[in-house]
Amino acid sequence: MIRITIDDIETQVEEGTTILNAARKIGGKIVPPAMCYYSSLPGSGGKCRACLVKVEQASARDPRPMPKLVASCCTPAQDGMVVRNITSPEVIEARKGVVELLLVNHPLDCPICDQAGECDLQNFAYEHGLEKTRSEFPRRTFDPIDIGPHIQLHMTRCILCYRCTLVADQLTNERVHGILWRGEVSEISTYIQKAIDNDFSGNMIDVCPVGALTDKHFRFRNRVWFLNPMDAHRACSKCSGKVVLWLRGKEIYRVTARKDAYGEVHDFICNACRWEHYDLNDWVVEGPRSFQPWSVINANKYNAQTKELPDQLYSKLDNRRWNEFEGVT
Amino acid sequence: MGKRLLLEHAHVESIDRLDVYRRHGGYAAVEKALKSMSPAEVVEEVKKSGLRGRGGAGFPTGLKWSFLDKKSGRPRYLVCNADESEPGTFKDRYLMEKLPHLLLEGIIVSSYALESHCAFIYVRGEFRWIIKILERAIEEACAAGWLGKNILGTGFDLDIIVHPGAGAYICGEETALLESLEGKRGLPRIKPPFPAVVGLYGMPTVVNNVETLAATPWIVLNGGDAYASIGIGKSTGTKLISACGNIRKPGVYEIELGLSLEEFLYSDEWCGGMEGAYGLKAVVPGGSSVPILPASLALKTASGQPRLLSYESLAEGGFESGSMLGSGGFIVYDEAQCIVRNTFNFARFYHHESCGQCSPCREGTGWLERILHKLEEGHGTLADIDLLWDVQKKIEGNTICPLGDAAAWPVASAIRHFRHEFEEHVHHPERCLFRRRQAAVPVNALAEPV
Ligand SMILES: Cc1cc2nc3c(=O)[nH]c(=O)nc-3n(C[C@H](O)[C@H](O)[C@H](O)COP(=O)(O)O)c2cc1C
Ligand code: SF4
Ligand code: SF4
Ligand code: SF4
Ligand code: FES
Repeated sequence: MIRITIDDIETQVEEGTTILNAARKIGGKIVPPAMCYYSSLPGSGGKCRACLVKVEQASARDPRPMPKLVASCCTPAQDGMVVRNITSPEVIEARKGVVELLLVNHPLDCPICDQAGECDLQNFAYEHGLEKTRSEFPRRTFDPIDIGPHIQLHMTRCILCYRCTLVADQLTNERVHGILWRGEVSEISTYIQKAIDNDFSGNMIDVCPVGALTDKHFRFRNRVWFLNPMDAHRACSKCSGKVVLWLRGKEIYRVTARKDAYGEVHDFICNACRWEHYDLNDWVVEGPRSFQPWSVINANKYNAQTKELPDQLYSKLDNRRWNEFEGVT
Repeated sequence: MGKRLLLEHAHVESIDRLDVYRRHGGYAAVEKALKSMSPAEVVEEVKKSGLRGRGGAGFPTGLKWSFLDKKSGRPRYLVCNADESEPGTFKDRYLMEKLPHLLLEGIIVSSYALESHCAFIYVRGEFRWIIKILERAIEEACAAGWLGKNILGTGFDLDIIVHPGAGAYICGEETALLESLEGKRGLPRIKPPFPAVVGLYGMPTVVNNVETLAATPWIVLNGGDAYASIGIGKSTGTKLISACGNIRKPGVYEIELGLSLEEFLYSDEWCGGMEGAYGLKAVVPGGSSVPILPASLALKTASGQPRLLSYESLAEGGFESGSMLGSGGFIVYDEAQCIVRNTFNFARFYHHESCGQCSPCREGTGWLERILHKLEEGHGTLADIDLLWDVQKKIEGNTICPLGDAAAWPVASAIRHFRHEFEEHVHHPERCLFRRRQAAVPVNALAEPV
């Protein structure tokens, strides 16, 4: 075990643990945000730079500070390391920079985006963003495309975290999509218009931190904050069968894998569980899913006060598209 | 004439052929190293020589070699970085074109030192003719027994494989290069681990620049101490400088480190002074990635010392008033050059070459280019200059690989030293020197508005 101090809080972790995971062990506000790292996807991390931290002392043996900020998700903790996250103005400043740059080309069409309410970028921008963008140049745009029968890609919203390609690498036996071109014009693409169609493709939607990969069956059917998440399971021969059912009354609007406090799925689910069991009788419901701190809606930061909505208004909103009831709240 | 350790025979007719190269003492270093030195002794000489990486970062070569994991017994690789794509840098190209066997000789003694039996030369894809030159040289060397199995009967085996890149600047970054060599997208790896531990195909690997490797035969023959006695302080030996811009004699020169920048620029032995009627405005001393120096700071440091071509002297003053030796791309601007235009030009390059893996560089380089374009076109505001400063700051130091810094530094230094030119583009865009030149408006009486 090694000792590491993050924002003046000391903890002990196994050798080889990253700074980010050490911070997660401490928990709370000092945990750096992560938009590309995903603990259950080896090879992820290092790309978004949201998790930058200041290393004030590299280790007990080498007490010098590290010259640059480091990505906490891929920098191993050392014995005696002293790290600053929210107590370092330099880190806060750099993080503001990362948000601003991530938004330079981002459409910010949250009102019509299925991810709104459970979007890492929305949360991140809310915490660290400027009031408005300083870029006046046209944004990079792409038309949405269907990649396979279940998933729609809104490349315009992609932050190129590479997570979905890692899902494809690690869960399925044949990879049919990846990243095309380079630099600012890079895009997620399938292999010559090939459909993504394998038993685990739906997990790409769950790992996507933004609304770039969306569930075609769920698109525009409802807003997440109008739904009741319930833990449920079924006996499945392909996967763990452990899911979250997103219910409205007795109707299942969507099925997702279970995310932990950091928005990560550890038990990936198969497409059959995700899309072929919309009947509540197929499931053993375990009970309501507890509040997740990572969601805008649960932190009550979004202006739709769903819980307080009067019943009649609630029913009027049923089955409508968001842009139809914009302004209601 | 200054000392020439690398280019001494560069002008000999057909020196790119093995027999001619041999007649001028070629491959003596291979003979000496393999027959009379142990690998550790070669490493020791290179350490003593103080040789530093010539690819840009200036990391001590012997030290880098000593990090190579030899204990685990896994195969080790030496990779020669010949991807030279930095704007302003064209020294490796010259060296390979003229002296391919010097590079091979360097690779052989270095591989011997590292106990590696397979070396790669990763060549910039556009250097098609050089690929042919290298391949012919390798064939000749194989046929003559300098490469292949059991070289000189010493039991040492070595193959050299030439691998062309596909036209990406980022593949010059050593870990992107390794990815590319493995047949993957050329994306820089996240470090640690470093290549010395996990490199090509997961094996311990050393990546060295062409010029670095080409310096090793001289060190083997003459000893590390002799090399260290050349140059100045920790900048030992000689360096190839590719000089270009508004000078009378652009070209590749070998200088002894420590030569004064002023002498290099004005002496007839080197650049031959400014071309045409205009005086010196600025110098980018180490390739497009390093900060630009205005004339006053190029010739003298902020403390009034003459500026020397050495790692230390060029860096003196840090970012405030210094620059870097970098890869030795020496770009000279005369007073008729527009700094905003040139900064835009560099920003365009980095935007185009960003691999797009990490967000600050992917999104920021495009933003820099666009703001600079706006300013250069005469539509900018004073606030844009501050924004430009802010954006480069958000990139610098926050990226996976140094390309982000390389994109930020030219912008930062141009604003730091030439803010007035940016402001001029806001207030009087018609005075832009670049556009005056394009429109064939005489640029004389520079201080006067057109
Ligand atoms: C964007 C980028 C491009 C680079 N291009 C080159 C190159 O073309 N040639 C080169 O030798 N080194 C290049 N480098 C430096 C290499 O990463 C590496 O430091 C060098 O090859 C090590 O060799 P050396 O120690 O002999 O200098 C580049 C670095 C970066 C960040
Ligand atoms: S991806 Fe997130 S930030 Fe982007 S539009 Fe959708 S909800 Fe908003
Ligand atoms: S589509 Fe989503 S998961 Fe895939 S790279 Fe883009 S943001 Fe990441
Ligand atoms: S800094 Fe630029 S070139 Fe380097 S890894 Fe990041 S995006 Fe790629
Ligand atoms: S989470 Fe660490 S860089 Fe993205």
